[in-house]
Amino acid sequence: MNLRKYLVLVGVSVFAPTGDSLLSYGMKQVGNISLAHPLNLLLAIANPWVALGILLLLGFFASYMTALSWADLTFVLPASSFGYVLLGLIARFILHEQVSVTRWLGIALVASGVGFVTSGPELTKRWPHRHKRPEPVTAEVSR
Amino acid sequence: MEHAFAVLQLKGLHVIRHLSNLHAWLAIFAVVITSSSGDMLVSRAMKQIGDLGEMRRRRGLIFVALLALRNKYFLLGVGCMTLSFYSLLYGLSWNNVSLIGPAAASLSFVANAIGAKFFLHEKVDHRRWTAALLVGAGVILMAL
Repeated sequence: MNLRKYLVLVGVSVFAPTGDSLLSYGMKQVGNISLAHPLNLLLAIANPWVALGILLLLGFFASYMTALSWADLTFVLPASSFGYVLLGLIARFILHEQVSVTRWLGIALVASGVGFVTSGPELTKRWPHRHKRPEPVTAEVSR
Repeated sequence: MEHAFAVLQLKGLHVIRHLSNLHAWLAIFAVVITSSSGDMLVSRAMKQIGDLGEMRRRRGLIFVALLALRNKYFLLGVGCMTLSFYSLLYGLSWNNVSLIGPAAASLSFVANAIGAKFFLHEKVDHRRWTAALLVGAGVILMAL
């Protein structure tokens, strides 16, 4: 793992919860959407907070795709462990939502679980690439 | 009469809260199924394509974008993720982000661990299974 790869994982961790929180804030303004009027979901994108949330989620997706190109799915997903803590902090201090002690404990357990997995190798299966890389994949396996 | 009206109001509030939770958990279930499928499909596409960062430096961003857009797994994955996004929006319109976000993401993590083993043939060892169980327990605590 080099600095570039760590930065990509930080991007995955930070963009997702920030984008989700902006979506939440925007959806609070839009209001409840009934299944009888599904088109209202499409119109929700016109809300600036929802639009900004989508922009950040695009940043998340770019980082996520890059990470998935050199690491296992079961390694990349734990990278968002810090994101759960961030989400709790954003919900409590910026969105002023009530986050109970039990929910905080849950968030901590999730974070510890996903943090646990990052001590292993990031890639466990050698994939035949259509577009050859100059470096062998085995260099990625040993951390 | 006033007492009966107050009881009715209280019951109405309970129904609204129950309905809100039902909608939220339906949305969480939809997000888990669609996002896990999307994650696995995109992961398979990215493994076929190779290191995106390195390829972008060598061949440019447009080349990388075209490669991704020509991959059927990527397109299917993005379709699933779009469904997941709208399910998330629906869920957020019924409940708080501190429930919807972590619950959907954590359950997706467990579903992904199972899918990665059988669909992507990743070596999901005891460390990764333990992490999945810890995440599952965390979700239960968050839902209480």
